[in-house]
Amino acid sequence: MQSLGASEMNKVMSNKLMITLYIFPALFLIAVLIIVPLILTGYYGLMDWNGIGSMTFIGMENYINAIQDGAFWDSAWHSLLLALFSTLSLVIYLAVSMILASKIKGADLLRKIYLIPMLLSSVAIAQLWIKVYNPANGILNTILRGIGIENPPAWLANPDVVLYAIFIPILWQYAGFYILIYYAALKNIPESLIESARIDGANPLQIAYKIKLPLIMGVVKVTVVLAIVGSLKYFDLIYVMTGGGPSGSSEVMASYMYDLAFSTNNFGYGSAIGFLLLIITLVVTVIIRKLTASKEDIQY
Amino acid sequence: MGRIGYILLYTCLALVAAFQIFPLLWLVLFSLKDNAQIFSGSPFALPSDPQFGNYLNVWQGGIGLYFFNSVWITGLAIVLTVLFASMATFAITRMNWKLNKFVLGLFMVGLMIPIHSALIPLFSMFLSVNLIDNPLSIVLTYTTYNLPITIMILLGFYYTLPREIEEAAVMDGSSINRLFFTIILPMTTPVMATTVIINMIYNWNEFVFVNTFISSDEYKTLTVGIQNFIGQYMTDWGSIGATLVISIIPVLLAFLFFSNKVVEGISSSAVKG
Repeated sequence: MQSLGASEMNKVMSNKLMITLYIFPALFLIAVLIIVPLILTGYYGLMDWNGIGSMTFIGMENYINAIQDGAFWDSAWHSLLLALFSTLSLVIYLAVSMILASKIKGADLLRKIYLIPMLLSSVAIAQLWIKVYNPANGILNTILRGIGIENPPAWLANPDVVLYAIFIPILWQYAGFYILIYYAALKNIPESLIESARIDGANPLQIAYKIKLPLIMGVVKVTVVLAIVGSLKYFDLIYVMTGGGPSGSSEVMASYMYDLAFSTNNFGYGSAIGFLLLIITLVVTVIIRKLTASKEDIQY
Repeated sequence: MGRIGYILLYTCLALVAAFQIFPLLWLVLFSLKDNAQIFSGSPFALPSDPQFGNYLNVWQGGIGLYFFNSVWITGLAIVLTVLFASMATFAITRMNWKLNKFVLGLFMVGLMIPIHSALIPLFSMFLSVNLIDNPLSIVLTYTTYNLPITIMILLGFYYTLPREIEEAAVMDGSSINRLFFTIILPMTTPVMATTVIINMIYNWNEFVFVNTFISSDEYKTLTVGIQNFIGQYMTDWGSIGATLVISIIPVLLAFLFFSNKVVEGISSSAVKG
């Protein structure tokens, strides 16, 4: 009876028409609206094109221009700085998660509070932080003046500090996300391991560094990839807060591409930058995965 | 660990919580004030004469329409994404065909790529089929770009479904459609709920696609709508605050009632990276 059921089911589940019907909607949409556009980006990058009129094939010219374009490299440098800051901030999140996971009452509520900014739209976050940074009436400068700093900076209008001013709300946005991931991984560590280390006389810092950290290293590596790749393609908040300004001082790769295409109608060149963004992201992902790969990676 | 140690640790955690919450509390406070109170009073003072009119004004001044657009576009895209993702996950995990792993790999490409790289071609494709400034373009992109993450969340659950139930249904002469819609889908309700809420947060907050594909006010969703709106009310902080609070209330409510689902969805969407 059992085998009859299994073979009957195999037959039903091998029905080519039904398989096609069930996979088609998702496959069609992903192929047409994700895969095809990605390929087209590289192709459009070979064209001189204003987005509406006809295209002229110009070979590698856009790509060569991009490599010689100082503004592009500036934006790439800013993206890289964001990646660096995001990665370094993981250390803080890791420390917070270690504290949170060490039998703290209310840990569950706290990690949910931490997560709240991540649920908000980038536009709402950007508009809120524009107000936080408002030179005259923003809460930051109000507090700074309150503690006796006479002339606090005009954060978003100052080309020297704007980039770092923007990093803060980005870190604010994602802190809860990384803490959540680390917390979940730390809670997976068997209590007996930590208990036996304690009996052997290890202090809390040694337990954190020598026992807990190696055990969640697989998760830490994943978050490093997420932080770096997420930073390289970051766009929304920066676009809304400063539009890349003042005069390009907070431009990142994605916002540079967006401005080229949708503000200056330089669709061919914008596509070339978009394609470079894709390639850089994929190459960096592969490199970090290779660099951090090890045999005993724990799969969660 | 001593008492002092615990107090120190709690202080650290409370400081992080304060940093995460303070800007939002400040937002709610100034959304209920007028400019005179905001610019002269202490930023953390409770509004002396709460200006609920701020909310009414911005709602009637255009935010109501953007809100309505966000609701139906978010809702329609959720239904399509979860349905198509469930069908695809069913085909990948339960049906017998050779290319299933390859197709799954293709889907997962969508998780790794920077969406901005696809933006210019998407724009020109929609332009050529007359879907620019048509809400269908956003419904389609939302549906599509959330499929990979939704499939990934569903996948683990589908692998754990017992085969015996399907065998019994097939032995009873049930068709694939009946099996899927009356047995499998109801069994996956808990994980579908997780994907619905994750999709809701993504769609509700999406900005780039609407900003690029939609230009008429009548189709704009809240994210792009408030962006324009705030231009109008540039100096009236109370109205800006009220606009922002209205735009974030739905996700905060969803989080309040389904926080465990949100936590589950966000962690399962990330850890497999």
